[in-house]
Amino acid sequence: MLAFIGRRLLSSAIVLLGATFIVYMLLAYSLDPLEELYASSAPNRDQLIQQRIDLLNLDTPAPVRYLSWLGGAAGCLVGQCDLGSSWVTNQPVVTMLSSAIPQTVTLIGMSVVVALALGVTVGIASALRQYTGFDYGVTFMSFVLYSLPSFWVAVLLKLWGAIGFNDFLADPRISPPVIAGISLLGGLVWQAIVGGNARRRATTFVIAGAATAAMLTFITTTGWLLDPSLGPVVIGILGAAIAFGVTAIAAGLRNRKALYSALTAVGLGLALYYPLQFAFVNASALMIVGFGLLTVLSGVVIGWLFGGPDRGQSMRAAAITAVFVAILIFVDRLMGVWEVYSNSSRIAGRPIATIGSQTPGLTGDFWVETLDTYTHLILPTIALILISFASYTRYSRASLLEVMNQDYIRTARAKGLSERVVTVRHAFRNALIPLATIVPLDIANLFGGAIITERIFGWTGMGTLFIQGMNRHDVDPVMGYFIVVGTLLVLANIVVDFVYAALDPRIRVNA
Amino acid sequence: MSTPTPTNPQPGGHADPAENVENAIELKEVEGLSQGRIVLRRFLRHRGAMTAAVVLTGIVLLATTSIGWGPIPGWWQFNYRENLPIVNAGGAPTMSFDGGISIGDHPFGQDNIGKDVFALVMRGTQQSLLVMTIIGLVASTIGIVMGALAGYFRGRLDNLLMRFTDMIITIPIIMIGAILGVLVGGASPITLALALSFVTWTSMARLVRGEFLSLREREFVDAARVAGASSGRIMFKHMLPNAVGVIIVNATLLMASAILLETALSYLGFGITSPDVSLGNLINQYQTAFATRPWLFWWPGLFIVLIALCVNFIGDGLRDAFDPRQRKIPSQRKMAKG
Repeated sequence: MLAFIGRRLLSSAIVLLGATFIVYMLLAYSLDPLEELYASSAPNRDQLIQQRIDLLNLDTPAPVRYLSWLGGAAGCLVGQCDLGSSWVTNQPVVTMLSSAIPQTVTLIGMSVVVALALGVTVGIASALRQYTGFDYGVTFMSFVLYSLPSFWVAVLLKLWGAIGFNDFLADPRISPPVIAGISLLGGLVWQAIVGGNARRRATTFVIAGAATAAMLTFITTTGWLLDPSLGPVVIGILGAAIAFGVTAIAAGLRNRKALYSALTAVGLGLALYYPLQFAFVNASALMIVGFGLLTVLSGVVIGWLFGGPDRGQSMRAAAITAVFVAILIFVDRLMGVWEVYSNSSRIAGRPIATIGSQTPGLTGDFWVETLDTYTHLILPTIALILISFASYTRYSRASLLEVMNQDYIRTARAKGLSERVVTVRHAFRNALIPLATIVPLDIANLFGGAIITERIFGWTGMGTLFIQGMNRHDVDPVMGYFIVVGTLLVLANIVVDFVYAALDPRIRVNA
Repeated sequence: MSTPTPTNPQPGGHADPAENVENAIELKEVEGLSQGRIVLRRFLRHRGAMTAAVVLTGIVLLATTSIGWGPIPGWWQFNYRENLPIVNAGGAPTMSFDGGISIGDHPFGQDNIGKDVFALVMRGTQQSLLVMTIIGLVASTIGIVMGALAGYFRGRLDNLLMRFTDMIITIPIIMIGAILGVLVGGASPITLALALSFVTWTSMARLVRGEFLSLREREFVDAARVAGASSGRIMFKHMLPNAVGVIIVNATLLMASAILLETALSYLGFGITSPDVSLGNLINQYQTAFATRPWLFWWPGLFIVLIALCVNFIGDGLRDAFDPRQRKIPSQRKMAKG
């Protein structure tokens, strides 16, 4: 095993080395730092040119310059990073990177998580409803998303999503025809997802449509969008629904112990709702992470206490439910500061941001700052995930269909397992394995996409670093960008190899 | 993904009575047809792909004939360079649909200095289609050769070529595309397309390699070798035709991503740059005018989406047509019913 890790690391290092060499050479030949000087009409032009040649060592051949750059970069392995510095601003590349990396990594991390969660869910749902209207709809939509140029979408989002929504917030009233239209659409979508015979479809359509209409009417009449909140009652109702849903998928509703543990987790969350509000006053990121861990733990404990023949199922159902309820409580608390946030002098009633990753000069507690981060993240994330969402949808759909065709699924059905067990235990888990290979490729695409998205939304992340470096004919920052991205991708690939080997016993690690 | 037609061909011999009946119908249907005819037939039945093919042909014809190609003049009255007097206030489109369609002088509108947007968009479409086609052909060729060599010879050559492929994959495509775009700096779109071809072949190479690795174990390859065929002949005469399905499908998808890559690079200013026109740099140029002249932004975007969507749909249709394993599994509900 150790030998395998060593070999894998070595071959990745060689690949990365080769890639940096290719990029450096291409940059050396495509960027010309002397271009502006050749065009200048200064009297001491020749002297300036000579100065810059000396500054940048342009007399030495590019491979030699690469070696000296590599020497500095190799220092990163022993903790003394020297990735050169920008000759335009004289800033060391390491400093530039340290301010740029967090922004881009937040953006990309968020996008990967959201795209994976949504993409896999929709893909699985679509595969389970193969050859229905819903399936065709999803397939068509994923084709459209595949074909959308991300820069075009980002500009549209900025204009409609941000400016349009902010204008709408000035007078947040949804007119009755719009409510009727959305409810009709919602009903249609839900009946397509739920499926079944005509009668079941009709019932779903009516219920979903009515629920949507009621919700929208409530939102528009109470001005909910200006001061949103969930409150314990809504959390309770939603929590119970989640408990039933999670149990139905994770353990089956027949398993009463699992259902009761999930419901107990919801009850515990509600009981802690008011005490938590006091704890939240001095919240910090660390505290939220701690609460998150406690939530999972309490769910597991509840499930364990309920016991029964299959403790694992109850524990799983309770823990997953607890996490969802915790998320609801978190969102509720964030909504609590929405009014304060959007009325603060820096925001002035236009909460959805179009520029940067945070509002400059905004002061507030943890909640206001978190909310600020989210309002800045939302549009770039949407712009970034459209394509990866489409590819995850298509891959998970294809992968589940492939698995559903296998003999062991037929065996599982033949021995009388319920459809839930067949889908969740036998099919779903195996269908997820091939997805592991797509994630690193997708991360590479996202880094590329972030170059465009950051430019449109005015983030000063790594994409901006890259574009600026290219426009200023500045090799070192561009190399700095690439070394980070390349290393991340290579690491992601190694991790995926191990995940793959761990998930699929057919793949042996041959050292 | 395929549009189910009642007579969807579904090979695959299993001892399922329902399936046997279907197989019999289908065998009758493909009796005496060559593989090519069967594929063509399946493709022609794919409604989505056929619609896409028709729309794409329409776009190609419109773009090439309207403003002409190179020295050949087209039927459209303006070209994309002239500044013309502004017809409607602000250069709004003259196309109208009230009481019959009339397109007027500037159906897509004009920009702030009076250029005809229709001519601009047509020129951009030409460029994008050109780049897309060249990347599709050249990158596929490179990928096929790389993959075929790696898959057929295996061993050290395979290792070398695949490590090289890994190196290229490690570099985000937009990034290396931008660097190459600057390297060829404002050259003709053909040069840009050739440069981009040198970095977009990787997926094709991996795919062809996988295909060749499995094909080289087949009997017909042994037979050819025993008969004394050279390696080159075995690879390109015997094995390649057997891999043509995956290649064509992948080439199509490659073209769809190529057009998005080209427009994105042009948008960022690293692809086709002004004074030449591309759909991407049109959007870049006009994005600030969205509030006042939205048509400057809509038309180029619409054409990018249309082209990419059509190519994707054609690729999907081809995949279904080439894939003999395409068969419809009856859903749970249907099984319960019947």
